Amino acid sequence: MFLQSRRVFSAAVVVLLLGGCTTSRPSKATVKDEKDRKLAPDFTLKDSTGASVKLSQLRGQVVLLNFWATWCPPCKIEIPWFISFQKAYQDRDFAVLGVSLDEDGWKSVTPFVAAEKINYKVVLGSEEMSQIYGGVDALPTTFIIDREGRIAATHVGLVAKKEYENEILNLLDRPPTSASLDPRRATVQDAGR
Amino acid sequence: MLLLAFAPQSFAQMVLTIAPPAKITAKTGSTVETKIHLHLGAEYHANSNTPSDDFLIPMRLTWSAGPLESAEVTYPKPEMGKYSFSDKPLSVFSGDFDIATKFKVAATANPGPMVVAGKLRYQACNDRMCLPPKTLDVSLPVDIVK
Repeated sequence: MFLQSRRVFSAAVVVLLLGGCTTSRPSKATVKDEKDRKLAPDFTLKDSTGASVKLSQLRGQVVLLNFWATWCPPCKIEIPWFISFQKAYQDRDFAVLGVSLDEDGWKSVTPFVAAEKINYKVVLGSEEMSQIYGGVDALPTTFIIDREGRIAATHVGLVAKKEYENEILNLLDRPPTSASLDPRRATVQDAGR
Repeated sequence: MLLLAFAPQSFAQMVLTIAPPAKITAKTGSTVETKIHLHLGAEYHANSNTPSDDFLIPMRLTWSAGPLESAEVTYPKPEMGKYSFSDKPLSVFSGDFDIATKFKVAATANPGPMVVAGKLRYQACNDRMCLPPKTLDVSLPVDIVK
């Protein structure tokens, strides 16, 4: 009984420390200045149904791109947050995209996605794909991508839920630009041509 | 250039190191024991050989078949570590520790020097992040005698 109470208390402390209070409006975000943002490398990966998911097709939306794995306990803390973000902001042109780096692929990922009731798209990553993002060698690694497809924030390791939410809302509050609606235009501009 | 532009902070450095094992002398038909010494960097831990959850990747030391046959691998007693990302303690190794192996030496083994090849698979984390599972090569020099 005592142990059970202690576990509940410990879990509550973890949630309070990492999750923070998310009901109030954020006052500060840590997104990069627009001039410092680089275009997120594009990729096409398969989801569990075999359908192709191409990052640049999400242009115009704010995207939380999360590299994770089933063997990563800190990743498991964040996943319920991402589920709540997807639910709360999907109608405001926001999407979470999970990239699993599990070596055994869908064998581990499919039951995990079902058990956690993940409500956003999950694809299987590859060595080649993680290399274009700088060789993702610590999980979780999360990129917050603006409507123009540029990386506005990068997080390696577990951060507070509120920090993510501040960044998402900061980007969602900016109106879409013409570049965000035309992927080809944004690509040409960011390539400096 | 593209890689540098998007590279997050690098954690590629080795967080687990294996001290080169000392050469052992193995008499044909006998049993010999050796210990491999490991060191995990400060703040890091690795799942023990008996992790707390099925989804966690256990530490495993395995040896190639040959004149010396691995009969038993003994891991240290794990610690039950408390971390901010988990509400229950996790079974882990940290700091300096040894893994012992007992080998049976074939009676028909040819005398002389040889190397037994092993592999250590592990997965390490700190309080905020985890590194992908890794497999390190282990080379045990052996002198087989009659």
